[in-house]
Order: sequence, then structure tokens, then C-alpha cells
Amino acid sequence: MSMILGMLPSVLMIVAPILITAIGGMICEKSGVVNIALEGLMAIGACTTAAAHVLMEMAGVPHTLSLFLALFMGLVVGGLFSIIHAVAAINFNADQTISGTGINLLSTGVTIFASQILFNADRTKEFMMGMQTDALGIYPTAYIAVAVVILSWFLLYKLPFGMHLRACGEHPGAAESVGINVKKMRYFAVLSSGVLAGLAGGCVVLTQTIQYTSNTINGRGFIALAAVSFGRWNPLGVTGAAFLFGTAQAFAIIANNVPALKVLPSEVFNILPYVVTLVALVLFSGKNYAPSAAGQPYEKGAS
Amino acid sequence: MKLSRERLIQSDGAVSVLVVFLGFLVGTILIALVGKNPLNMYKAILQALSGYNIDNGKMNIRYIAETINYSVPFILCGLSMGFANRVGLFNIGGEGQYIMGMTIAQMVALLGPQVQGLHWVLAILCAIIIGSLWGGLVGVLKAKYEVSEVVSTIMLNYIALYLSRIITLQMPGATTYKTANFPETALITNDFFTKVTNYSLLNNGIFMMIIAVIVFWFIMEKTSLGFGMRATGFNKEAARASGIPVVKSIALSMAIAGAFAGLAGGIVALGSFKYGRVLSGMDNYGFDGIAVALVGNSTALGTALAGLLFGMLKNAQALMQSKQIPKEITFIIQGMIVIFIALRSALILYQQYLDKKKLQKEVGVK
Repeated sequence: MSMILGMLPSVLMIVAPILITAIGGMICEKSGVVNIALEGLMAIGACTTAAAHVLMEMAGVPHTLSLFLALFMGLVVGGLFSIIHAVAAINFNADQTISGTGINLLSTGVTIFASQILFNADRTKEFMMGMQTDALGIYPTAYIAVAVVILSWFLLYKLPFGMHLRACGEHPGAAESVGINVKKMRYFAVLSSGVLAGLAGGCVVLTQTIQYTSNTINGRGFIALAAVSFGRWNPLGVTGAAFLFGTAQAFAIIANNVPALKVLPSEVFNILPYVVTLVALVLFSGKNYAPSAAGQPYEKGAS
Repeated sequence: MKLSRERLIQSDGAVSVLVVFLGFLVGTILIALVGKNPLNMYKAILQALSGYNIDNGKMNIRYIAETINYSVPFILCGLSMGFANRVGLFNIGGEGQYIMGMTIAQMVALLGPQVQGLHWVLAILCAIIIGSLWGGLVGVLKAKYEVSEVVSTIMLNYIALYLSRIITLQMPGATTYKTANFPETALITNDFFTKVTNYSLLNNGIFMMIIAVIVFWFIMEKTSLGFGMRATGFNKEAARASGIPVVKSIALSMAIAGAFAGLAGGIVALGSFKYGRVLSGMDNYGFDGIAVALVGNSTALGTALAGLLFGMLKNAQALMQSKQIPKEITFIIQGMIVIFIALRSALILYQQYLDKKKLQKEVGVK
């Protein structure tokens, strides 16, 4: 028991960015746009935050201010890149999988290209100090994640705005007919997913590592995407899924130090989130929880 | 004038050339913006393409051979994505199918019977089979349980990655990053190629790739199976109504798609490496295959040409780096190409707008 309690801070550290990203992905799908670019957007946010933080550190900006500004920049740049997806999916009725794949491919280039230009290396320079834990040993990112979950729940289920947003994902034609601006709603949703993925990328960098490399994100965005499906597109479910997957990931890291877990290769824990999602998708296949218009372009006037 | 514009917008080939051009344009501008000379990028590309080094006037055929060798997995993974695409599926799982093919080929190479002429054939066959099983699973999940192939393939990619690590770490002589060397009988090196091309890594995989391109074309265009698959891709319900077994089409097409990617994995394992690799990350051939198929419009010839383009870019990477151009510019170009392909739907909207204008003019609406 004490071992599990002892693990809690590191589980929270790993869960937080996955959860933040997954909530963004959920909002996006709720509005009817599927965003498989979460992985790439996280990478872009992570690279921006790492680069901004190390540059400000070198310039002598106070630590807390630097952390805050760096996270903010990651969030903004993540949002900016998600505009590509928004324009393609919303204005041009593009295939959302293709434009998402494009952003993912682009992100591997852009992040390392920027590092090459800024630091003359295929990674950002190491910063001296990332985020610090509080008295309980918990990183502030956990509290950010909790705030994001509560805010998203309040927004989606307690405000008229959220109901309108969900209507766009269920039946955009009906939403338009009662005066909801489907395009605006979807823009808001895609941008929120970009902003949250960028923020989450920054959280990964500032808590789990000391620099951005091409391996920093390593599938976390895809895990978040899985958490959206596995969590059945609602905030509580997504939180549960993110916790399950994050715990599995934490086990994969911790397994090397715990003799009792050494009987299994640590990769078994790495595989877990993906297998669980796949099995869950098959088991729940009869009932469809996904927003019914997710992934389909909406053309005004065409019924 | 108008007719030609209409035709250009509707021609897949012309649009592909346009998006590739735009991708390079963005890359060139970006290089110039960060204060480097874009000319160096094109020098590297020229050398990768023709073997001619413009700076010292030397010719080395090895570069051409390496470009072709790099393009083999790109083309095969492109065929994998393209085949599924023609049936209306989006196969993001090429990477997982490739990894499984590679892993099994490595395993057979290390543990299989060391008989000349049989060993490598067995390894390649196993790679094809496991690839088709890995892809076919996606098809079955899609056809039977309506599981989105986009989500399931992404999951299977990571399952393949970690499964590959578990398996390869158990192989003889395995360290944290490689296994013992393969026996000679498992390799697909071609001594003639090696001698003629100044010790490039070009190997017999090129012949398998060419056969695969022909098989793709033959199944798709010349068999009733391919007809049924294309019909399913155009309109699932209409295909079902005309008696085409849609469920079988979907499952089978994913299995064939997986076979191409599995073959790619086998060729890379036995041709470009002499030992088994414990993967620490993805090779990304499967992901890039998506872009290859999109540029090639999912046709056999188009995919082969697009694969050569990507192989050339990959081969040019090291040359660019030596000319102070960050090699990641090639990833940016590839990513931009895919984004422009996504945006090509804007061209259709533009055409509709033009048609509407024309119609309004004809009937006299202001």
C-alpha cells in the first residue's frame, strides 16, 4: 500500500499531460472535428516551452516567471499550429485524418529544425531547473490538469455554449438551423485542443526531462487520443482512462526498480494502454458513444 | 484557358506535381529565412539524384544506388497505404505492419535453418505473412465490429513496437540495442550491385519491390477482386447492393496492405542491416508511406514515383547536413506536402465557386 502511495506523485506527473491533451481532443471531437494531430501539437508545445525556458534562464529571467512564460508560449504556439488543422477541416472540408497526419509529420521536422537553428544540435539545450514539487511531492501540472477537467466539464455540460458545441458534433445541420454558428464553434474546439496539447507538451518537458528531443513526446499524444475513445467522450471517463494509461506508463518506468515487477519485461506495461483500448473498442462496438458527426466536414446548406 | 484550368484542377497527377512544388517552395523560403543558402539544399538533392557533386565535379554512382535503396521501403509502405486507401480505408498502421515484418524476419534470420537459398526466402515470407495478419486484424475489427481503422492501427503500431522489443531482446546475443549478426544465408545482399555501385547497400529487395508494384497494379486493375475493392471504396452501400462482399473486401484489402508493409520490414532487416535491431523508436517508414501514397494518388506507378522522391530526400539528408542545411528541412517539406494535399479540397470548392459564377452569368443574375 505504501508503495502505491509512494508512486502517486510520479503517476500524477505522467497522467497530467496525457489528461490535459485528452480533454482537448475530447472537446475537439465533441464539436465534430477529429484531431489526430495531438501528438504533433504536443511536440510543438514541448519544443517551444523547452527552448523558451532555457533561453530565458540564460538571460537571467527569474525562475517562476520563466516557467510561466515558457508554458504560455508553448500553449500559444500549439494553438497557432492547430489553426492549420482548423482551416483545412472547417473551411476547406479537407479529410481530417490527412491534415492531422500532415501536422504530425510537420512537427517532427519543425521542432528539430528550430533546435538546429537555435542551439546547433538536434535537441534543445538542457535547462538547469524545471518545475519543482510542492510539500506533498506533487508537481503543479497535476493541479493544472484538475482545473482543465473541471473547466471543460463546466463548459460542456453547464453552459449553453457547451450545449451548442456538442450540438455541432451531433447534428451540425440542426445546430445551424437554430442559429448556432457551426464554423465558429468548431474553430473554438480545434483551437482549444491545440492550446491544451501545447500546454501539455510544456508540462511534459518541465516535469519529466530537462530538454526537448525527438523522443520527448513518444506516443503520449496518441495515448491521449486513445483515452478519448476509451473514456467514451465524457470528462469523467476520459479522466479515468488517462489515469489507467498513465499508471501503466508509470509502472513501465518503475518496474525496473521493483524486484516484484521484474518478472515481466517493462514493455508489458508500455503495451497495456494500447491493448486495453483496442479490447475496449471491440467490447463496446455495438453501442456508439462517439459524437455522430465527428470526422465529417459540414457544408452549409447541403443536407 | 478556362478549360485547361478546369482540367488541371481535376487531374490528380497535376495536383500532385503542384503540391510537391509548393512543399519545396515552403522549404526553400524557410531555409532562406533562417539565413542559409537554399542552393545548398538543391545541390544535395542533385547529388542524391544523379550522383554528381557539383562542387568538385566528381561523379559517384553510389548515391543513385542509395537513393533507390532508401526508396524501396517508402514505395512498399506507400503501396500498403494506397491499397487500403482504394478501398476507402486509412491505413495509419503501415508502421506497425512494417515493424512486425522486420521483427519476424530478424527472428527467422537468427533462428531459422541456415540453408543457402532457403533461409532468406523463409524470412521474407514470414515477414509478409505476419504483416498481412497484423493488417488483416485491423480489417476484421473494422468489418465485423466497426472499430475505426484510424484508432486501431495507431494502437497496433505501438503494440508492435513494444512487442518487437520484447521479442528481439530474447534473441541470441541481444544487448540493449542489437542482436548477434545474421548468418550469411539470411542476407539479401547482391554482390554484383555492391561491386558496381561502389559498396552501396542496394540489394535484392529492389526486385521484390518491383514485383510488389506489379502485383499491386494487377490486383487493383485486372482482377474482379480489385474491382470489388475499388467499388467498395467508391460507394460501400452501392457495392453491397450489387452483391460485392464488402466485409470480405475490407478484411482482405487490409491483409494485402499489411503484406506490403511487412515485406518492407523484411527487406530493411535483411538488406540494410546485418544484425537484428532492438528498436528504441519508430523508423517512420510506415508514416511516411502515408504521404507517399497520397502524393502518388494510391496508384501503382504514382506511388513508385513518389517513393523515389522520398528516398531521394532521405538520401539527401546527410549531404544537406554536411552543407550546413539542417536535414530536418526534408521532414518539413514532406509534412507541408501532406498538408497541401489535405488542402486540395479547397481546389474543388474553388471550382464549384467558378461554376456557380459562370451559371449566374449565363442566366443573368447579378
